[in-house]
Amino acid sequence: MKGMTFKKGIHPTYHKEITSNVQIEVMLPGKEVVFPMSQHIGASCTPVVKKGDYMYVGDQIGIANGFVSANIHSSISGTVKVIEKRMTVKGVKETCVVVENDGLYAINPEKQIMPYNQEEKLTRDILIEYVKAAGIVGLGGATFPTHVKLSTPQDKKVEFILINGAECEPYLTSDERVMLERGEDVIEGVKLLLQVFKEARAIIGIEDNKIDAYKRMVTLAQDTPIEVKLLHTKYPQGSEKHLIEALTSRQVPSGKLPIEVGCMVHNIASVGAIYRAVIKGEPVISRIVTVSGKGVRRPCNLEVKIGTSIREVLEYAQVDWNQTVKIIAGGPMMGTALFDVDIPVTKGTSAILCLTKEETDCKPPSNCIRCGKCVAVCPMGLVPIHLQKSAIHGHYEVFLKQNGMDCIECGCCAYTCPAKRELVQAIRTAKAVIRAKQS
Amino acid sequence: MEKMLMVSSSPHVKAEHTTRKIMLDVVIALMPALIAGIYFFGVYVLFLTVVSVGCCVGFEWIWEKVFKRTITIGDLSAVVTGVLLAYNVPARAPVYIIVIGAFVSIILAKQVFGGIGQNFINPALAARAFLLAGYSTDMRSFPVPEQGRLLSSVDAVTGATPLELMKNGALDQLPSLTDAFLGNIGGCIGEVSALALLIGGIYLIIRKVITWHIPVCYIGSIFVLTTLLNGFDFYQSFYSLFLGGVMLGGFFMATDYTTTPMTIKGQIIFALGAGMITTLIRLFGGYPEGVSYSILIMNLVVPLIDKYVKVRRFGEVV
Ligand code: SF4
Ligand code: SF4
Repeated sequence: MKGMTFKKGIHPTYHKEITSNVQIEVMLPGKEVVFPMSQHIGASCTPVVKKGDYMYVGDQIGIANGFVSANIHSSISGTVKVIEKRMTVKGVKETCVVVENDGLYAINPEKQIMPYNQEEKLTRDILIEYVKAAGIVGLGGATFPTHVKLSTPQDKKVEFILINGAECEPYLTSDERVMLERGEDVIEGVKLLLQVFKEARAIIGIEDNKIDAYKRMVTLAQDTPIEVKLLHTKYPQGSEKHLIEALTSRQVPSGKLPIEVGCMVHNIASVGAIYRAVIKGEPVISRIVTVSGKGVRRPCNLEVKIGTSIREVLEYAQVDWNQTVKIIAGGPMMGTALFDVDIPVTKGTSAILCLTKEETDCKPPSNCIRCGKCVAVCPMGLVPIHLQKSAIHGHYEVFLKQNGMDCIECGCCAYTCPAKRELVQAIRTAKAVIRAKQS
Repeated sequence: MEKMLMVSSSPHVKAEHTTRKIMLDVVIALMPALIAGIYFFGVYVLFLTVVSVGCCVGFEWIWEKVFKRTITIGDLSAVVTGVLLAYNVPARAPVYIIVIGAFVSIILAKQVFGGIGQNFINPALAARAFLLAGYSTDMRSFPVPEQGRLLSSVDAVTGATPLELMKNGALDQLPSLTDAFLGNIGGCIGEVSALALLIGGIYLIIRKVITWHIPVCYIGSIFVLTTLLNGFDFYQSFYSLFLGGVMLGGFFMATDYTTTPMTIKGQIIFALGAGMITTLIRLFGGYPEGVSYSILIMNLVVPLIDKYVKVRRFGEVV
């Protein structure tokens, strides 16, 4: 059976075998746990605690600022040591609440989020309230607040709820392990969504390089209305627009949201989090992180408490500092290279990769040979080399005419270019400049 | 403690292929034709090819040294040009022809425009056109193949190429279809063995250096058009595919990245156009051979094709 897929894209080397069979281990943090107030797309949170406060596991630390924002909760018990600006994965200093871990992981006897009374009918408003309270965001790495996605305009019908199990970035296996080990949570989460969006079809899409996860989900989805579909492995299938194309053959028009074509897309782990928030009253305080790359001696999939130092995670996985030349938060196609590891794991940290020289060898760029490969792979139907030229020369009007803002920064173009030109890098910068000018 | 970590913008991994590896594949793909050339015309062919490669690489190096540019001979594109240039001259061409040709292709057609990727006509074909115009006697004396004799006699017999015979209507003197296919005919070094070129072309397609679109459309359009215009003589149309530079042009010249369109759609237009011009020159033009001119003419149209053939944008309603 040939899986469904989208047009164009690339087939990178996946290296998933390094961790795909490694069971999730729980890793506990050290003395100090740091909670950045911005772990999502949107406005930063405001701290609701002060120095000296005692925190239980699950207590709220930061409150969402406005609609597009997401609450932050404590993952440990202990005392607030300081609130100050610290370095984060984003490469800038942000307000962080630093909590001294007492190692007890004590749970507040008075839960802040009361589990949902299942006798009542679950309405969309109740669901959104839970998701908001629990601070759920797109856990695939995009970190878009989930309650915003659920708040679709009333006049637009949700025909499809698509669950993203593509995990198309190389090395990453966290979603795969979630499906294998915690698939029940995912199915229960989808059922909750179906209770609210009654007319929608729910489809879980899984790439065919995760056949065990696919089989597991098929078994779990038996006797439910949930469909599980196999996707032909290709990058960037996990991109919202391309997952929609793969599963429904619909294309989201430029500049529009998925709801335009009747779709709503959620990540596997986020759906599990929805279930835990509604039924158990648990906020997002931990996530599964793949620690991989040839630079670690003990590659693994860890359940890490939000706020744990990346250095501690790397030491847990026995990082080989001599071999490692580059450390990436996220996947190798879209993740961020870190220059400092004394920064905390946040909700979007799907992986920490320690790459050796041979894994991330970068050759200097040379002249474009007009091979057309970047055009052939661009999943947005752009001409990356033309965009790069406009970007480098600062011809932003031309850049806009060439639909540069459609670029999803997937990196297929730069990956495939034989002349090793920095295509997406230049495009990304141009997009940022244009956005800054527009606002 | 850790050392300095590398920091750069994503993506952090890149595909295996590089310009150099692609060029190396092209060189490899050209080797069967070289072997066929040596077999039919003797080791002088090898000598010419080596000199040609040496001159092309040499000229590129000198130019880049003089103008203090980055030395790019490592990308092997000059090697490819060198081999192609040698393949575009008769098997017993004098050395000075090669030296002039190398100068024209590397300096005039490529480096003055900014080097690899910046030229708008195929360097080897530019040189061929130049030599045909300026040194037509040397460029038009084709030795008759002396199969298997490595060191051919100095006064090797020259004869008309099958294309010239066809053009002059001397159909009865044409070599057999098998001879034409294997390369046991007169012509330029790299034009004679259709079989060897086909093997190389298939290698390029398997290695994904090129796609099937250009060769198939180019060769296909020549076949169809020749058949139509030539009174449905299928045998002759088929036969004519193995003559002259059709195979060399279709697989190696019309597929040059730099001088052909970037999109598949554009490439198809390019190939059909070149196929049409080739046939028209062959049947109605003053020259017996139209491959190189047709590709050169289409090279000039590439900027237009790339401008007007739009890629379908994601989400666009058609
Ligand atoms: S131009 Fe943008 S969307 Fe297209 S391949 Fe490059 S990064 Fe991806
Ligand atoms: S892939 Fe690189 S070399 Fe090829 S056309 Fe695009 S930019 Fe040029």
